[in-house]
Amino acid sequence: MAKRKGIESSIALADSVAMCRVDAISAYPITPQTHIVEHLSEWVNDGELDAEFLPVESEHSAMSAACGMSAVGARTFTATSSQGLALMHEILFLTPSLRLPVVMAVANRALAGPISIWNDHSDIMAERDIGWVQIFAENGQECFDLTPLCFKVAEDKRVHLPMILNFDGFIVSHMIEPIEYWTQEQFDHYLPPFEPQIRLDTRAPSVMGAVGVPEIYYEAKMAQHNALLDSKAVVVEALESLEKEIGRKYNIVESYRADDADVVMVLLGSLVETCMTAVDNLREKGLKVGIVRPRLWRPFPKEEFIAALGNIPVLGICDRSFTFGAAHHPVASEIKSALYDSEKRPIICEYMIGIGGRDIRVQEFEQMFMQLLEVKTTGKALPIQYVGVRS
Amino acid sequence: MAKNPFELTWKEIPLGFVQTDYMSCLKNHTGSWRSERPLWDESHCIQCGVCYLFCPEACIVQDEKGYFHANLDYCKGCGVCAQECWTGCISLKPEE
Repeated sequence: MAKRKGIESSIALADSVAMCRVDAISAYPITPQTHIVEHLSEWVNDGELDAEFLPVESEHSAMSAACGMSAVGARTFTATSSQGLALMHEILFLTPSLRLPVVMAVANRALAGPISIWNDHSDIMAERDIGWVQIFAENGQECFDLTPLCFKVAEDKRVHLPMILNFDGFIVSHMIEPIEYWTQEQFDHYLPPFEPQIRLDTRAPSVMGAVGVPEIYYEAKMAQHNALLDSKAVVVEALESLEKEIGRKYNIVESYRADDADVVMVLLGSLVETCMTAVDNLREKGLKVGIVRPRLWRPFPKEEFIAALGNIPVLGICDRSFTFGAAHHPVASEIKSALYDSEKRPIICEYMIGIGGRDIRVQEFEQMFMQLLEVKTTGKALPIQYVGVRS
Repeated sequence: MAKNPFELTWKEIPLGFVQTDYMSCLKNHTGSWRSERPLWDESHCIQCGVCYLFCPEACIVQDEKGYFHANLDYCKGCGVCAQECWTGCISLKPEE
């Protein structure tokens, strides 16, 4: 078995980036992403990591610089969180439209205001539509394992799109966990050197970021949309080769004790592990509950998700961010619309949980499951449940 | 001959919409946008070159006698040259 280290997830993620033989990093520090870029910058400064580290004056510049460095053919990494991701917003659309395979770690955190440094999914859900491949890691080991996956998928000739690795701020980023390190040989075997398909080169001049007049813009966007949809197959392939490399199996849609379940919960991020404990507790009492969750968020694995649901009659969907004024919050909105075309129409109950770092405990998940089991009996869906809010 | 870019299907869009056709902007004859063309009255022109410096399209050229003219393939008829001319020797003539 590979070597296990007791280490903070952020440092493990930074180690993973370094072991991916990253060429260039541009970043601006923001809580709770700070430790990742702090360590990378230290290693570059100390000569331990042979890469360029570009300290910039804002996240808008961090993403702009990342685009530039990727455009000349560098394996490029950045990381951010919350307000930083929001400040990148304008440039985030350019990275995939220019087909630049930048990899970004996002330590998910609430957006102001009120100012909150704590974890929820407001930052990434506001950036659902930017055109990046987006995946969720639930713990430090997954952060370590999925970093090379992100580079492998992003840089694949068939994809050539940027990719975001989401993980919960503090809950994951600052957690010290036993993490199984891959060897450098495993990294090098899994992740071949970056071979850019497009590159700024003075010997062969080209224009990146040209105007798209009405006669051609639509086709350019269509090409981008289909490239993102097609990346799903490459993510599946990369997860399969990851299993061959290190023996851990990840899927684009994950199920936990859902095969014979009466009710399942859908959620993203680290709270899945809390929810698993609730599932185990209730299973001991003979209650048939489980979890089905999309690990890959963009492109949304619609067919795989519907297949994983089987014939489960009742579904609970947990959201960790508001879509103000909308009919449904983001995860529920995505899943409800995916199921509309399906012949399967489970009863769906929506839950809002863990906003701005509000704790959610095993007992609360157990209560939510009990509620879902009751819904199965009554056959009546509930209005959106704002769990734990004082009213 | 290469396909007219406006006839490309989405499958034919180059990766990242990268344009490798170097200097292809010269093919866009933006002069077709023009509704007025600048004319120089050479009897008043002092050959100072202010029009040449200010032209936002950089389409004003100097001839062998030292006088200035607009390249009408690219002149959009914005009139900046006429506005800036010290002697007022440039007038704008409506295009028919």
